[in-house]
Amino acid sequence: MTFESIAFYLLGTVSVVSALLVVTRRNPVISVLCLILNFFCLAGLYLTLHAQFIAVIQIIVYAGAIMVLFLFVIMLLNLGDERRLVEGMNIKKTAAAGLTLGLLAEIVYILAGFAAGRSVTMSVQAANIGTVENIGSQLYTRFLFPFEITSLLLTAAIVGAIVLAKKKLK
Amino acid sequence: MVPIQHYLILSAILFFTGAAGVLARRNAIIVFMSIELMLNSANLTLVAFSAYLGDVTGQMLAFFVMTVAAAEAAVGLAIVIALFRKKQSVNLDEINLLKW
Repeated sequence: MTFESIAFYLLGTVSVVSALLVVTRRNPVISVLCLILNFFCLAGLYLTLHAQFIAVIQIIVYAGAIMVLFLFVIMLLNLGDERRLVEGMNIKKTAAAGLTLGLLAEIVYILAGFAAGRSVTMSVQAANIGTVENIGSQLYTRFLFPFEITSLLLTAAIVGAIVLAKKKLK
Repeated sequence: MVPIQHYLILSAILFFTGAAGVLARRNAIIVFMSIELMLNSANLTLVAFSAYLGDVTGQMLAFFVMTVAAAEAAVGLAIVIALFRKKQSVNLDEINLLKW
């Protein structure tokens, strides 16, 4: 067991447990805190994949900005605990849960079958492509157009959020 | 060395945890958090393939997914606030004006 594989299995286990806690807790504040733990685990997993830039962005943007927004809204609305975790367990929801689990089993089965008799190793260039230098040079050359479109998207999101959250339109 | 299938299986488990949250929970904010979980698991797949294929495109796509997630969170939470102001509730079963 190398250090990388130990880190992967540890972080993977913690991320799955925290994801399960997110969807099973009644108090939304606890859910948010578990989700932040999950995001930190994912940042660690990105580091095991040599994607330093994405790992740092994950912590700054997700754990820093988006989760603060979630916590802020939960505190603002002052929601209590839900009385029941799953309300109205009818035939439709049971079917949905069964289909979800079936699809998961199918994907895991296919991926496990794909693994048999094959050894896919990490690319030798993996350590060089995730650096800030390489990401930056690619972002401003090959991916310049999508990058500019992103600014348009963010402007639309800012305007949309302000218009929706305003009390009254004049 | 961890084979890429383990990353993909982990990503699938996280995705379906998020999908189960979207289907089963009725609190709008928890449904949003489950959507974030699903977006993150897609990112994990993209970064894993990027590292194993030695191509930067996967990480670029993960970067753009993050910007979309940030925009989606801002607009979605604004909608939740507007709904709460009108209905005094974030229970999705009570918000059924557009439901057929």
